[in-house]
Amino acid sequence: MHELSIAMSIVEMAQEEAEQRGGVQVSAVHLKLGALSGVVKEALLSAYDIACDDTPLQGSRLVIEEIPVVVFCPSCQARRPLSSVQLFCCAQCGTPSSEVVQGKELEVVALEIEQWAHNPA
Amino acid sequence: MGAQPRLVEVRKNVLKQNDLVARALRDQFHAAGVFVASLVSSPGSGKTMFLEKTLTLLRQNYRVAALVGDLATENDAIRLARSQVPVKQITTGTLCHLEAAMVETALAEWNLNDLDFLFVENVGNLVCPSSYDLGENLRLVLISVTEGEDKPLKYPTIFNSADVAVVTKMDLAPAVEFDWHTAYGNIQAVRPGMPVLRLSAKTGEGMDEYLDFITARLAELRGTMVHP
Repeated sequence: MHELSIAMSIVEMAQEEAEQRGGVQVSAVHLKLGALSGVVKEALLSAYDIACDDTPLQGSRLVIEEIPVVVFCPSCQARRPLSSVQLFCCAQCGTPSSEVVQGKELEVVALEIEQWAHNPA
Repeated sequence: MGAQPRLVEVRKNVLKQNDLVARALRDQFHAAGVFVASLVSSPGSGKTMFLEKTLTLLRQNYRVAALVGDLATENDAIRLARSQVPVKQITTGTLCHLEAAMVETALAEWNLNDLDFLFVENVGNLVCPSSYDLGENLRLVLISVTEGEDKPLKYPTIFNSADVAVVTKMDLAPAVEFDWHTAYGNIQAVRPGMPVLRLSAKTGEGMDEYLDFITARLAELRGTMVHP
């Protein structure tokens, strides 16, 4: 269960970003989560709420976009999805492939910040 | 004065800090010409026994050291000290995995130039260690015959993150009716092309092939080094 330390890193990162933008209020953090990241979505969501407690991000949401695994298929010479993470084969032609080109993401991609109508920025 | 949410793009790898430390470690290891192998497995797969045998056999011809991660006790380090090579325990407390910074701290007092091989035994856990790069050259995932052939299918992420699979406790294979072909097929399903070694640290069966494998990797590494 390493989701709490991951959640704390996410909150820390979002806080830094918010401070760099003059202390804006973050209402949501958008995260890309690869199927091979080693992190469980549900566990991360509950850990996120705990990590936000007593920080300026308290009450903010974590929006997770799940990223499926994509491999490079040596036969098709193309990026292909897997049929399952239990079988690293091209979903189209069945050729085994270990070359993961997508699915390891654990990345903060965007922040939703509160923007006030009178804000000149 | 109504607040409207605005989406601001940020692109930040959550594990960036760990990855940076791991990259720095990898550079240090390469500069010193030390080959670093990490071991991951579930608890009780025979990691420590396997490592003890590895250290004992390798020290006859190589300069070897080990770091061992454990939640609470120093028992593993005490066991491994019998191999008479430098061993340091990293006690992680409640943390379920090693991070690159812990390896960096543990290595602070050692001179990497004095080593040929460094082994890093991760905390017994098949989930969390997969996310953390430790700067190692090779990640070995261990699976003992007593765990069942389907372990790779249950933990595809860690098997996929590894470079070599080692099937341990082969001496017990007949007793537990271990099906080698099924296990091999399952490993290949989640990591096509991964080398799989089978051995028994207790009887010594398969240890020679394994030692040949890693010493060849050390020679390969040294071959890529540029000497002034």
